[in-house]
Amino acid sequence: MSEPIISFKNFSFQYRAQKKPTLHDINLDIYPGERVLIVGPSGSGKSTLASCINGLIPFGYPGKCEGSLTVDGVDAPHAGIFELSRHVGTVLQDPDGQFIGLTVAEDIAFALENDCTPQKEMHVITARVAEMVGVENHLDYAPHELSGGQKQRVSLAGVMVDNVKILLFDEPLANLDPATGKQAIELIDEIQQKSDTTVLIIEHRLEDVLWRRVDRIVLVNEGRILADMRPDELLSGKLLAENGIREPLYVTALRYAGVAITPEKRPSHVDSLALEEKDVQRVREWYSQRAPETDKPDKPPLLEVENLCFGYTKERRTLENVSFAIRKGEMVSIVGRNGAGKSTLSKLICGFETPDSGTLRLEGRDIGGDSIRERASRIGYVMQNPNQMISKTMIFDEVALGVSRMGLSQEEVTARVEDTLRVCGLYPFRNWPISALSFGQKKRVTIASVLVMGPELIILDEPTAGQDFKRYTEIMEFLRELNAKGVTVLMITHDMHLMLEYTPRALVFSEGRLIADQSAASVLCDPELIARAALKETSLFTLANRCGIAPPERFVERFIEYDREVRSHGGPYGA
Amino acid sequence: MKNSSIKTVVAIGIGAALFFVLGRFVAIPSGIPNTNISLQYAILGMLAALYGPVAGGLNGFIGHTLIDLSWGGSPWWSWVIASAFVGVVVGLFAKKLNVSEGTFGKKEIITFAIANVVANVIAWIGIAPALDVLIYAEPYSKVIAQGAMAAVANSLTAVIVGALLLVAYTKTIAKQGSLDKE
Amino acid sequence: MAAHTVLNYLPRKSVVHELTGATKLAFFLLFTFASMITYDTRVLVLLMAVSFSAFRLSRIRLREVRFMLVFMLVFLLLNNFFIFLFNPDQGTEIYGTRHVLVHLFWRYDVTAEQLFYMLNISLKYFVALPVAILFISATNPSEFAASLNRIGISYRVGYSVSIALRYIPDIQRDYHNISQAQQARGVELGKKEKLLARLKNSVNILMPLIISSLSRIDTISNAMELRGFGKDKRKRTWYVQRPFKRNDWLAIALGALLLAVSLATTLWNGSRFYNPFR
Repeated sequence: MSEPIISFKNFSFQYRAQKKPTLHDINLDIYPGERVLIVGPSGSGKSTLASCINGLIPFGYPGKCEGSLTVDGVDAPHAGIFELSRHVGTVLQDPDGQFIGLTVAEDIAFALENDCTPQKEMHVITARVAEMVGVENHLDYAPHELSGGQKQRVSLAGVMVDNVKILLFDEPLANLDPATGKQAIELIDEIQQKSDTTVLIIEHRLEDVLWRRVDRIVLVNEGRILADMRPDELLSGKLLAENGIREPLYVTALRYAGVAITPEKRPSHVDSLALEEKDVQRVREWYSQRAPETDKPDKPPLLEVENLCFGYTKERRTLENVSFAIRKGEMVSIVGRNGAGKSTLSKLICGFETPDSGTLRLEGRDIGGDSIRERASRIGYVMQNPNQMISKTMIFDEVALGVSRMGLSQEEVTARVEDTLRVCGLYPFRNWPISALSFGQKKRVTIASVLVMGPELIILDEPTAGQDFKRYTEIMEFLRELNAKGVTVLMITHDMHLMLEYTPRALVFSEGRLIADQSAASVLCDPELIARAALKETSLFTLANRCGIAPPERFVERFIEYDREVRSHGGPYGA
Repeated sequence: MKNSSIKTVVAIGIGAALFFVLGRFVAIPSGIPNTNISLQYAILGMLAALYGPVAGGLNGFIGHTLIDLSWGGSPWWSWVIASAFVGVVVGLFAKKLNVSEGTFGKKEIITFAIANVVANVIAWIGIAPALDVLIYAEPYSKVIAQGAMAAVANSLTAVIVGALLLVAYTKTIAKQGSLDKE
Repeated sequence: MAAHTVLNYLPRKSVVHELTGATKLAFFLLFTFASMITYDTRVLVLLMAVSFSAFRLSRIRLREVRFMLVFMLVFLLLNNFFIFLFNPDQGTEIYGTRHVLVHLFWRYDVTAEQLFYMLNISLKYFVALPVAILFISATNPSEFAASLNRIGISYRVGYSVSIALRYIPDIQRDYHNISQAQQARGVELGKKEKLLARLKNSVNILMPLIISSLSRIDTISNAMELRGFGKDKRKRTWYVQRPFKRNDWLAIALGALLLAVSLATTLWNGSRFYNPFR
């Protein structure tokens, strides 16, 4: 092989504010033209590793580097961000934070402007790169006129203008709906082939990245490299699961069925998977052991939505004639692409916006005339980003905020807050500052601050966005516990795993209409519905088809059930 | 630290955007008819204390100019300059306040309050009326009355809201200093 | 809400729109100074003629800017009212004579001098208004930063303005969402609460807004640094900048000329006011 383009040699890094190094003794060579996926749970050091390559470390976040790091012939720790930016293009996670220009063209040209490129040349390059990523027809669009996927394309174009040799993607899937995420991976694949660059992707959503070819996976945890091998090899072992990375679902299903995973079976992609006849038999047998279906008694409806219509402007309806009912004690997903009307629906239910027509009933009573405040005591709303909800510095005060304004006595307030904190497992931390909590704990605080008002229904917007498997499981298991205690839960989500695993039922929205209201498993086994709502089919569906199991949604349900059992016994993932 | 000049450029821009949004769209009735509490001066005080006089001054200048332009008129320069002045003066105390170190106790609160009161009083009872008379030849008694009202309202907002924000903010950063994993 | 609706940009083909942003900015500033200095009715009428013809040339229709006009009219009326309330003799103090037209009550006489002074003040508004509207409505916000840079202001400051325009809609949306969620928890800023409570309540909304804005500042500055912002200390090029044409020079010359006229008449008269009463 040729010379490596990126080479870590005995490299360590310690942030100035921290007592211990975040990266220990890293040795890693990446060769030109490779596609490398870096995986690891939150806090493993994978983002730090990436920041060393683009120069944010040590120039943006100071600290101590040891050993050496060469990036495209440059001595990275001593070169400076500007020097490195000629070699490495970084696409960050936050699509709005890195869209700096007022229009698409200006944002793409940003780096060229800083380089003092003459205007004529700049226009030529911008046009060429825009075409490459497929935004050439949107050059004069403002960021808010674009979808998340388009913004990401613009960000990619913005780093490609420099003719960089290395493209670095920091969690490119975090903010995208499932179909767009799939397209993003396809785009990266295409660009890599066209531009002959070296691609590094940092993600914990392994299955989604493996949608297209990946040469190597580097597994990072606790600041060390634990594995550096071909996907087929890594998937055959147990390292991923042991380090909190979720394997592709079909791989887990095969394991459950007792099929041994080996590199020869090519497990890195569900389509390339080589299954022998006896493997298929095993899967079928495992499927046939499922428990008989039981009909759960229908509970009375809690929330009824009837013919709801709403538009922010007169010209365009955001929601058109939406009707459904949520029964007491249900846990339901709301899915669909961005802008399909999901968030608007929750705002209407909470009374933040007023519908143009239609009725909302809670336990049979019309709540159309109730104020935001009145509804809040029965319907709680939890925003996606906990930082946008938290306004106090201490946990107790934050949770007390809502009830302290209900005209209760001090003792009653304290009692209620302490009860809620116990339910949420936050009681031991009640006098902690919120800033000392992890993201998952902050999320709990925001849920507690809503629960304290005593709602029967809570609505959560993307409860697990951007979280690794461990935190995802923490948050979702907590919600399940609440649900078991009688709180009805509605969730807006892009996460197909979440929808499958935790919500038996899904409401699917497309262009302001409710286009399906059925079991989550059957939604993800319906290609037409998937396409219309920008979802992504589950690989379990493909596996079921390959094994000749029908109907595939029963297979999916079997998997979910079994998986739950394994995990509740502290199975391969722990809880 | 970070490349502070880029950060200042961004802080001025985002600060001005905050100033604009609060000044243009958020109206809190003050109790006196037709007069609203200008929350933007609390944010201006806070950001000036965080980022210093240059950022504070430009923050007030750009934010106020954009508000005036968005209403459709020519910017009312005398008041725009007064807003910029508030940002500069409070920003001059930034070193003394040392917010990024994460302590904002009684001493700092008093300093912050004095800085804001001094800045707002000079700006609205001194600079704005003087320029109003000079540029627009308005009656002295009218501009002083308007200025005095603004001085009181903006000082109150900046001191009460600004200090509460800073106290809360320093608490959120203080604990992040100990990043040791457990 | 988009950046171009924040400042009501109305794109179309016209002589005014074709001028570069820098020209419009320079003309706007020259014209504003010209109208600020003088109180001479004759000069104000001349300036008004110029600004109204410029407005005609822009092919922007009145009803498109109705909102701005109404707002300025209300402001103008209120301001005139307060001027009269606080000092009904401001006109007399300026012009030195006192011709009472109608006596109202107490010290409030309507004098010819006061009316003339208030007419001039209103004229000053009206002179400046079309040019301000034009500057906002006929300039692509994308050109603001480049224009500021061109008239000699550091590109960093120019870019701050651009960032403000870029993120106003985002911050407005954040504010909206945060305040709705806080309302659900009983945080009110309206008249239901006492003043001090309103101020304290506002902290509950501002705190999340500021914390998320500060982290936004971090992300944006990282993104800008990674793409080389500030590489060259003194200059950068601009994607949207347009070359100066003949009309640009003409417009700037006109602006300079008007400023000169305004200055010259002030010096010539020995006063900013034109006095018809002596």
